Amino acid sequence: MVTSRAATYKPLSTLSHRLQPSVSAASRLSGAHTASHRQQRRELATVQDAPPPKRTHFGGLKDQDRIFQNLYGHHGADLKSAMKYGDWYKTKEILLKGHDWLISEIKASGLRGRGGAGFPSGMKWSFMNFKDWDKDTKPRYLVVNADEGEPGTCKDREIMRKDPHKLVEGCLVAGRAMNCSAAYIYIRGEFYHETTVLQRAIQEAYKEGLIGKNACGSGYDFDIFIHRGMGAYVCGEETSLIESLEGKPGKPRLKPPFPASVGLFGCPSTVANVETIAVAPTIIRRGASWFNSFGRERNSGTKLFCISGHVNYPCTVEEEMSIPLKELIEKHAGGVRGGWDNLKAVIPGGSSTPILPAAQCNEQLMDFDALKDSQSGLGTAAVIVMDKSADVVRAISRLSSFYKHESCGQCTPCREGTKWTEQIMKRFEKGQARAREIDMLQELTKQVEGHTICALGEAFAWPLQGLVRHFRPELEARVKGYAEAHGGEARAGGWDHDAQKKGLLISPGQ
Amino acid sequence: MASKLVPGLSRSIAQASRQSIRYQCRSLSATSRVASEALQVHRDSPENNPSIPFQFNAINQKLIAEILKRYPPQYKKAAVMPLLDLGQRQHGFTSISVMNEVARLLEMPPMRVYEVATFYTMYNRDPVGRFHIQACTTTPCQLGGCGSDKIMAAIEGHLGIHPGQTTEDGMFTFSEVECLGACVNAPMVQINDDYYEDLTPESTITLLKALQAAAEDTGAAGGTAGLAGHSNTGMGSTKGEARGQSGQSEKVEGQAARGYQAKGVKLPSPGPMSGRKTCEPLAGLTTLKGEPWGNETLRTDGAL
Repeated sequence: MVTSRAATYKPLSTLSHRLQPSVSAASRLSGAHTASHRQQRRELATVQDAPPPKRTHFGGLKDQDRIFQNLYGHHGADLKSAMKYGDWYKTKEILLKGHDWLISEIKASGLRGRGGAGFPSGMKWSFMNFKDWDKDTKPRYLVVNADEGEPGTCKDREIMRKDPHKLVEGCLVAGRAMNCSAAYIYIRGEFYHETTVLQRAIQEAYKEGLIGKNACGSGYDFDIFIHRGMGAYVCGEETSLIESLEGKPGKPRLKPPFPASVGLFGCPSTVANVETIAVAPTIIRRGASWFNSFGRERNSGTKLFCISGHVNYPCTVEEEMSIPLKELIEKHAGGVRGGWDNLKAVIPGGSSTPILPAAQCNEQLMDFDALKDSQSGLGTAAVIVMDKSADVVRAISRLSSFYKHESCGQCTPCREGTKWTEQIMKRFEKGQARAREIDMLQELTKQVEGHTICALGEAFAWPLQGLVRHFRPELEARVKGYAEAHGGEARAGGWDHDAQKKGLLISPGQ
Repeated sequence: MASKLVPGLSRSIAQASRQSIRYQCRSLSATSRVASEALQVHRDSPENNPSIPFQFNAINQKLIAEILKRYPPQYKKAAVMPLLDLGQRQHGFTSISVMNEVARLLEMPPMRVYEVATFYTMYNRDPVGRFHIQACTTTPCQLGGCGSDKIMAAIEGHLGIHPGQTTEDGMFTFSEVECLGACVNAPMVQINDDYYEDLTPESTITLLKALQAAAEDTGAAGGTAGLAGHSNTGMGSTKGEARGQSGQSEKVEGQAARGYQAKGVKLPSPGPMSGRKTCEPLAGLTTLKGEPWGNETLRTDGAL
């Protein structure tokens, strides 16, 4: 405290050619302060530490910093090639470090869950090592969520079919950090070949003694099993995934109890996304500070981005977090079809994040906080691009019917809400509605949000809210267009304005 | 009192009779169910009723023993999903007999198995054709590439069936499905277990023709049991890379197992049909161009 105050006052009180002894001693003690004297001269505020020069531009990740080197299938997915490129290196030493060190390392790296919610992984993992966990005789499970079903997202698939050993090793390392006895990888049923590749990677690892009894010679026993889903989007939610693994229909459970206390088979378990688990060993091998050096504060690391829709060359690419959206699209996906000016809207993080209009896309950074500030979300970083030729109402309407199809039917707001919104959106596609229904739609989604057991309620509400927020004129224009073409606005329920005259509106009592 | 009541009474009677007549009329025009979504209840039919016997074959018995080891012994029922899948692969579809057999094996009430079989969309509770074409039409596929609308139209035009229908020879079943998770390779279809990506209407029709030719050449009959392919035994890639990733002309194992290769019939291998290998940008790599890093980049603080 004293040193910093002295250091700050000094340039104000004396001219800089002579240092008083006490001050110079103080600044020697405080190391970096001397360098920053000049910037601090203007103000009286007492800045304690000189911050490192702030990075203002992100993106342009170098190849040597990419975790998924086999993203495009340069080398095989087998153990030998995986080891050649750095997997399974010093895994025993990592395991022997113990859970506290592993979790503190993950915490320091600032890794946030890659499945959509962006919860800090280190913290999540630490919930497993609650008080007296070691007195509990129950088995403990790590459940890897590979039920990748969010429209727009196809990153986990690439990990599983090209870098399966990253995932297998990740299971072991994350499992060690949480003191789990086994991992279940819940992979979506449609990914048949991905399952095959992953299964063989697991068998290879068993054969080499990398997992199983005395994994890697560390004295720690760890098993990995695969469970195939059978085509239910809602099973990507952690509690419904657990239900599904237990051999029941995948209907989400109420929380609490959280899975960390009562999860799979009634035992403590943690559900984590494939990407989160797969990056863990590399983070630990290369150091938390390495991973933390990418991206903005609290949004650190690298991330797989899937760019689909109206771009010239859709692709999946690993980039630094906080990369500007424009740079991401132009650099890797060959730009928007017809140039950046032809952009109409972007869904930045998979189908359940609200849409962003072109005007917001120019300066948008791709990370959790920046997208939250734009009233959207990073989700799974699946960028769906729409150019001016796209029918944005139809695109969102299609998402509504997706959610209608995938709602598990457990909670009324979601089961009924998805159906209503689908019907309303189907009418809006043609303009067969009234302008006031836009507000009704908005209100309906607000009523669902937060009133369902799982996040599917939000997931279907948010894209609709985004549409109403940013494309209201488009919806109104459609209503107007329909009214002009048919001689009047449609009546409630999509009936023509003259349906009554034609005698079509007869209720059973009439 | 009565006089007051009578007119109202007669009116209400008349109304009631009218209502009942109209009611009957209306019930005749009950809403037809959406073709792409299967009926949630079971109705006995000649090919699907509980009296048809079903048993797992010897290979699958072994697999079942293997599968049961994955779950805690007191949670045997966790194996219901893999077992139903095995049954479907053996029988061709998840019939009521398959469900009953699974319930018997896992010692669980049949209703619990029915619940599972009706909840998940990948259990076909009706017979499907030899090739089950599932076209994705969710937003990314609707937008990407040429758009899934054109793919749907191409399939409908070529096969003459609509989503939810099977061709008369029992060779193709066509369904419209939700996102299959290959969005950067849109539009795409899944045929049995294989993903065919980056489609155009032309390549879709080429693909369908190749499948038809292959079926004819090998004398495969439509609607045969076990038609989901014998790829359920874990065949697929054995060379450390995913299928469809090794170039277009290469022979792919899983298909040889189906017997299409036997008479020299060539099928397009699964994966992108546009010439790209997987998910990289078509115009050339923008990343990962150099040599991959090895262990020289690891941490230097000596923690490991």
